[in-house]
Amino acid sequence: MSNGAMFRTCPDTGLKFHRPAESLMKANAVAAVVFLLVGGFFGLLVGLTRWPEVHLLEAESFYLVLTGHGINVLIFWIIFFEMAVLQFCSSTLLGCRLATPQLAWTAWGLMVAGALINNYAVLWLGNSSVMMTSYAPMPADPLFYLGLILFAVGALINCFIFLATLVIARSERTYQGSIPLVTFGALTAAIIAIFTIASGAIILIPTFLWSVGIVSNIDAGVYRLIWWAFGHSSQQINVSAHVAVWYAIAAIVFGAKPLSEKVSRVAFLMYIAVLQIASAHHLLVDPGLSSEWKIFNTSYAMYLAVMASMVHGLTVPGSIEAAQRARGLNSGLFEWLRKAPWGNPVFSGMFLSLVGFGVLGGITGVVMGAEQINLVMHNTLYVPGHFHGTVVVGTTLAFMALTYWLVPILFRRELILPKLASWQPYIFGLGMAGVALFLMGAGTLGVPRRHWDILFSGAADGGYEFSAAALTMMSLNGMSVVLACLGGALFILIVVGSLLFGRRLDEGAKVGREMIAATPADSAYKGIGVGAITIPGTLAMVFVFFAAFVLYYFINWKYLAETWGIS
Amino acid sequence: MTSLAPPTKQVWWREHIEKGELIWITVVVVWGIIMTLMMPFWHVYGDQNLSGETYKTTPAAFLEKTQAVVDQWTVRTEGQFNKPVVKPPVGADIYLVGRLWDWWPSYELEAGQSYRMHIMSTDWQHGFSLQPANINLQVLPGYDAVITVTPNKAGEYAIVCNEYCGVGHHNMVGKIYVTEGRG
Repeated sequence: MSNGAMFRTCPDTGLKFHRPAESLMKANAVAAVVFLLVGGFFGLLVGLTRWPEVHLLEAESFYLVLTGHGINVLIFWIIFFEMAVLQFCSSTLLGCRLATPQLAWTAWGLMVAGALINNYAVLWLGNSSVMMTSYAPMPADPLFYLGLILFAVGALINCFIFLATLVIARSERTYQGSIPLVTFGALTAAIIAIFTIASGAIILIPTFLWSVGIVSNIDAGVYRLIWWAFGHSSQQINVSAHVAVWYAIAAIVFGAKPLSEKVSRVAFLMYIAVLQIASAHHLLVDPGLSSEWKIFNTSYAMYLAVMASMVHGLTVPGSIEAAQRARGLNSGLFEWLRKAPWGNPVFSGMFLSLVGFGVLGGITGVVMGAEQINLVMHNTLYVPGHFHGTVVVGTTLAFMALTYWLVPILFRRELILPKLASWQPYIFGLGMAGVALFLMGAGTLGVPRRHWDILFSGAADGGYEFSAAALTMMSLNGMSVVLACLGGALFILIVVGSLLFGRRLDEGAKVGREMIAATPADSAYKGIGVGAITIPGTLAMVFVFFAAFVLYYFINWKYLAETWGIS
Repeated sequence: MTSLAPPTKQVWWREHIEKGELIWITVVVVWGIIMTLMMPFWHVYGDQNLSGETYKTTPAAFLEKTQAVVDQWTVRTEGQFNKPVVKPPVGADIYLVGRLWDWWPSYELEAGQSYRMHIMSTDWQHGFSLQPANINLQVLPGYDAVITVTPNKAGEYAIVCNEYCGVGHHNMVGKIYVTEGRG
């Protein structure tokens, strides 16, 4: 194939798409959205069952659907999308051919096969309702583990293809100097993914062998220790990936440049630095582990990954503020934010993701991850409340926002229903913020997670009567689930509808809007802000965030101090 | 250049840092140190800490010890399955079994007194969730975990299972009664 036929230059953005990589990105993104649809629908059923007045499903179906919900959205949707992100950040941003496209198709095939096999075990065989964590010694069908292993092998292959593509780009000199910040973020995600998948293999392969009778025993404590090296680190992949997406969207919508490449890149590196031990915060009330081990590991040796996220939480909006001010929106603290394009779902989705991830997911994760506070939160609904803040409001909404940009740029289709699209991030974000808040509220009142009936209608000698406030939280959560699912359904409708019926943007045809904003000239950045501070608005926001963080952190210590003595 | 393109400076780690960034980084680092120190601080000055004392054992051995406690100190039985309610002497080692789908036996403790409670599962993983005190522990088969509990309020407490353990999970409830201390 000649060079011209191998690449397509996007008329809107000037990005050079390697055609084989482009097809792969489409295939991964489409697979991602399909699994989002499946897993999201299960989420609706879960929410409607936990709504006490509705209580939709029978117990067995509930646990089955809950297992399917977790795996399809948390693993399949997110990781498929991340594969597309890796391919975009390597091949497209560096203007380089993707290494071994055939192998990448094999990887895609393995991932699809793995996802289907796993779903077959959960949904069809019905003997694998073991939740996403599949804690041994509760057994699942061998196909359950096999599906996950195949999926992971596919993802691992894609990570190595990403690294190989970076090597090719360097040797073929498709770019000058260092890789772009967004690619750098994707690189940290890929490195973390390799570690993560290795941990997954170390635990899932023996568990698979145990399920077919070759290995005689899986120790419950060891399983949890290694499984969480996989389970937690995979969330760190998501964080790295969606932070990279935030930076990308800041550049796309505002032409923003990093305030300091050094700060942003070091913050990404911090995600990798202490990764191997971070998973300990899932084991804070496990037997057999010392407090010294728990404290060192749960604080990531010194909350380094938390610091990194807090730094990105400043630098991403800060870079937007600086670009807006350089463009003349320089008066007061918040003119730059007020006049941001709130009707553009690429921006609104990204900004809601940023705020939601920090406030709903970030603060609560750190609080819950303090060794002793975990005693009053472990395995309550606080936990899913927290991670619906991080993974749904954070990661999923960021990926949705990027998708609105990818539809015209990658798929070359005009977005249908643009009015509805501009509402979608708000509907989904508000609904999911409600889910996170009300689940955490119920969790604070002791309501257990993964539980079919907190009214205990079938308990032999009566159960426990949760407070009226707790039950109200569950009803409010049910309503929020419905709202969030409406937002999710709109996303699928708009995206799938656009791919099928959107106006085709043929070679050379332009979207007709600015698809990557021009960067303000360096000189325009001179003298912006207030005094020596170029980003006063962002600083004000992060200090409000910080005050809330400190307050909430100590409130929870107070709450802990009120319960039984434990030593 | 934007985050989508290579940095302008070849050597990105020599770039200058915004003043706003420096302020925030300082705050964040100090806060990280405070939060890290808060946990050892609570071990010294707080009343809610896990000792981590754990013994590897077998379901049979653990059940035997539990049975001994039941035989010795049961004060009454209750419910459809005549579950024993055990009233141990203050400071005693007591044993709680988590199993599909039951916490066994029930206990009656005194407020303000301490007991060494051993908790273990004899089958799959379970979650000990004491309500409304809202104390939550992971319970594993093969790991005899010891926590010294000091109830601070009289009342009837339920032990809800909060680790999914199969289709009977939501019916797995136990009881701990706490009576006023003798002062």
